[in-house]
Amino acid sequence: MARTLAPLELDDLQHFLVTRTPALAARYEFLSFENADAGRRWLAGMIDKIGTIASVGKSSPDARWVTVAFTHEGLRALGVDDAALATFPEEFREGLAARAELLGLTGHNGAEHWDAYLAAPAFHAMAILFARDAAERERSKQSHAEHLARVGGVRLLGALDLHALPPFGEPREHFGYLDRLTHVSIDGTNHSPTAGSLPAVKPGEFFIGYEDESGETPPPPQPEALTRNGSYLAYLRIQEHVGVFREFLKAHGGPTSDEQELLAAKLMGRWRSGAPLVLRPDKDDPALGKDLARTNDFDFAKMDPHGYGCPVGSHIRRMNPRDTGDNLNRHQLIRRGGTYGELLPPDAPDDGADRGIAAFMGCGSLIRQFEFVMSVWANNTSFKGQENSRDPIIGTQDGTLDMSIPKRPIRKKITGIPSFTTIRGGAYLFLPGIEGLRFLAGAAAAEAH
Amino acid sequence: MAHENGNGNGNGTHPAAMAIPRAGFLKEERGRYGPIFPKTPANYGFTIIAKIKPGTEAEIRAYGKTLEDAVAATPDVLAPLQLHYLRWVLFDIKGDTYFLYQGIFDTDFDKYTEDAIALFSASGITTIFTKLEGFPEDWKTNAPAFVKFVRDHHHPSFLEYGEYPFVSAQEVKKALRMRQAFTDMLDESQ
Repeated sequence: MARTLAPLELDDLQHFLVTRTPALAARYEFLSFENADAGRRWLAGMIDKIGTIASVGKSSPDARWVTVAFTHEGLRALGVDDAALATFPEEFREGLAARAELLGLTGHNGAEHWDAYLAAPAFHAMAILFARDAAERERSKQSHAEHLARVGGVRLLGALDLHALPPFGEPREHFGYLDRLTHVSIDGTNHSPTAGSLPAVKPGEFFIGYEDESGETPPPPQPEALTRNGSYLAYLRIQEHVGVFREFLKAHGGPTSDEQELLAAKLMGRWRSGAPLVLRPDKDDPALGKDLARTNDFDFAKMDPHGYGCPVGSHIRRMNPRDTGDNLNRHQLIRRGGTYGELLPPDAPDDGADRGIAAFMGCGSLIRQFEFVMSVWANNTSFKGQENSRDPIIGTQDGTLDMSIPKRPIRKKITGIPSFTTIRGGAYLFLPGIEGLRFLAGAAAAEAH
Repeated sequence: MAHENGNGNGNGTHPAAMAIPRAGFLKEERGRYGPIFPKTPANYGFTIIAKIKPGTEAEIRAYGKTLEDAVAATPDVLAPLQLHYLRWVLFDIKGDTYFLYQGIFDTDFDKYTEDAIALFSASGITTIFTKLEGFPEDWKTNAPAFVKFVRDHHHPSFLEYGEYPFVSAQEVKKALRMRQAFTDMLDESQ
């Protein structure tokens, strides 16, 4: 039975999860409010700078894009009372650090090793700044510093500068894989799914106050003035150990660079160019890789059921099992973020520098979307008949797990997969709509209900 | 095949049994919705016992036929649940009727419930649980409440046994397909 969906309030939704901006630099600032008044003054001065889906791209040319989001403790610090906070989902109230272990974030990925300020109750908010280039980022950083100085009472706990890696024009991460190849489509936005992508999902999968894929509108946390048009974000800072990765390819791939490239592709499920192994099992095809109209036009169950092209345990097959997964429409995430640190030149030995990805996974339900993906797919040691293995790229690896690469006549099994990445920090945040931000900034937050 | 309890020869043909403490697990390990119930030689599963709403017995029994028809029409309708077996029983205690739901499956406990919610929301076949006392009215939009109901009414086994322990339904079906393939090969060689 077809029903008319409530239209998305594009002039109230922060642009962050819908509009992918052409940013080459970014800065994340982690903030603490000394008291509610200071936090509200800070926020009141920020709201006009935050782009909505409707406004971003309208001024020419946009050069910076501002987003703000709050932790559970941050909402409390701004005056949201306990009765209202109790209506938020338990996982958001607990926070990512407290739930890291149940997601498989243990050992070197454990929250006890994370950036200390992320797990502290004093961590209240993030200002996320995307900028067209590093110069614009520096100007915005200066301007935010001036705003903080004027307001007073809002402390900068930490910050992270990010920038795209050379050569520019194609988004790549430090291991060299082309990034941002998948796009989630939402009913009511202008993005239609590319060939092979999941059909558009209902807005409630990402935004509070709308019908979701259950066919119902989940009751919003209270007060609705705060939560309508809001979303949840899971933040992760993922350090990439480029030297370990390159050594692994040399040790296990074979003597030639072609063989090593193939192993890199088997770990990911795509060649570093982005070309999917299901479509190009033997030889890379860079033109296909970056062609968004074609690079997702494949499935697993019909085209590669045994994983002879794309191993069942590879990163992309775990992150999006396509037609081998169930209820995928309930486990979608919108990823935003970028790379930090300097590119390790090819053939250079690892310099020990910190480099990686710092990303946000946006969703309408952290437990059903982000936590599901982490625990049932990434860190599940028996994912779809795999034995003793986790996601080779972002799974928690301690040198005791394997990677199985199907191959005729018999599979190749690599034992003792090392940690190519380390989770250095994480947090759960609430991303309000513009009216929600005004509610928080207004003195009414405490008295409204 | 992994043999989690060290009991068995690892190829799935050596019987194994596991005694389970009262709590339902050997060591407490936290999952997304609560403690993780372990995989045993009889795989994952649950035993839910709940009182039915008065006067719903006939509807519950009729639902057995609904499910039979749904599976006949669409054999993979329950595939997301990765089931081996379902057993549904109605019985009386002191004039009240209780529903016993035993499921044996290969997916973990919480994921089974999440997939069941998605399945029953989307397919139009509603869940039999709506006939049970205390089942949350808002189950479609409140997965945590659905999961809590299932957990609250689950009675963990204190012994589970497998003649072919830890073997998934997928592995069993693969073995049956291989037997068929061998038969075909022998037929072709005549």
